[in-house]
Amino acid sequence: MNVRLYAAQRLTAAVMVPLVAVHLAVIIYATNHGLTAADVLARTRGSVAWAVFYGIFVVAAAIHAPIGIRTVLTEWSRLGGRSVDAIATGAGLLLLVLGLRAVAAVVLP
Amino acid sequence: MGPDLTVSLWRGGVEGRYQTYSVPKRENQTVLDVVTWVQRNLDSSLAYRFACRVGMCGSCAMTVNGRPRWTCRTHVSRVAESGRLEIGPLENLPVIKDLATDMRPFFEKWQQARGTFAPSKTRHDPIETIRPDSAARLAAAAAIECINCGVCYAACDSVRWNENYLGPAALNRAWTLVNDVRDTANVQRLAAVAASGGCYACHSHQSCQEHCPLSLNPTASIAGLKRGAALAFLKSEIEA
Amino acid sequence: MNRTRLTHRGNLLWRAALVHRLSGLALAIFLPLHFWALGLAIDGEARLGSFLRWTDAWFVKLAETGLVFLLAVHLLGGLRVLVIENFAWRDGQKQLATLAAGISAVIAVVFLVWAL
Repeated sequence: MNVRLYAAQRLTAAVMVPLVAVHLAVIIYATNHGLTAADVLARTRGSVAWAVFYGIFVVAAAIHAPIGIRTVLTEWSRLGGRSVDAIATGAGLLLLVLGLRAVAAVVLP
Repeated sequence: MGPDLTVSLWRGGVEGRYQTYSVPKRENQTVLDVVTWVQRNLDSSLAYRFACRVGMCGSCAMTVNGRPRWTCRTHVSRVAESGRLEIGPLENLPVIKDLATDMRPFFEKWQQARGTFAPSKTRHDPIETIRPDSAARLAAAAAIECINCGVCYAACDSVRWNENYLGPAALNRAWTLVNDVRDTANVQRLAAVAASGGCYACHSHQSCQEHCPLSLNPTASIAGLKRGAALAFLKSEIEA
Repeated sequence: MNRTRLTHRGNLLWRAALVHRLSGLALAIFLPLHFWALGLAIDGEARLGSFLRWTDAWFVKLAETGLVFLLAVHLLGGLRVLVIENFAWRDGQKQLATLAAGISAVIAVVFLVWAL
């Protein structure tokens, strides 16, 4: 972990603090009110606010998680530096692609 | 519980085993007394390290019942569970023989962290006036008593998991110099601790603080380095 | 095979760091699956709806409670780290760590109770 990765990870962490708090509230609200897929999608479809919210969330997570994965692999596995970087980058791309697809799936009208 | 202590000592190098000895129990006895007794009365081939015997030099640090500590300052009555002791060399360092480790990696990392003072003045210049109650001096004073005994380094799992990690003592030392207004090597020092294996490899386990015989807090020093180096990076004073 | 028992791992703050690391790993593994499930909505709400009906099962609700706990504990543990790294040192780290775990457990229980 060097200063560049550290700054990226801590900054995305700080960004996600309020996002996670809201997301937890949304989860609890939705489950408590027994929202169906139709109910959820009715609220998210065409919503710029949800698009921005979850769009930022996905990008931040796609940066934050791979850096953590990289640290864990460096310390707990016997893989070399290049393999670790490759796996972490791959994980980031996977999260970004699947995440933005998911956001599109629920906000596009 | 008989009159004797059952003492297991590590014998060998990286490969080796614990060998058990019977040592007479005494009223007031430190772990260092026990090790010395074995070497003088039972097995003169036992290798171990000590110097001052009074808790000032840090040379006698070993792993006692799983915990790194100064053996001269550890009373047997406090740590012997049912009259048993297991004593090994410090963790995270190469073993030379038995209870003596090679401290060179520890000292090399001190150099790598730029834990050395870089002066700016000569004896012909007036003495730098440093207020003892200035924030920087207080920060340095809180960390400066380190005698490099290696206990924190032995207790740290980040050291264990990451061979490049400079470790709590080296970074703590670097922090004292970051706070020394007379020092001129701060940019290089922050660059050194901002690199891979530097301060950002610390996960704040705080095992260092927990075990330091002088109650120092390397976690806090390292947090200060994290802030300082991040700021220097954002201001483009150092590169990643 | 360790040469000695590693008693420093009994320290609460070491365990807090372990919980933080393991919760992060679990969330990192869960997240792609979560995104995939939401992506089902692309095929229309019926596809997502039938998936969500499956999640009404009690053992799924239990797993979701676990996930809520992991998310909350990772968030609160991470907040503690951000505080250590960015503000003046404060003692009482063990209390903060315990508090983080406790609040996370409460949030997870709230979820479970309201979800069932």
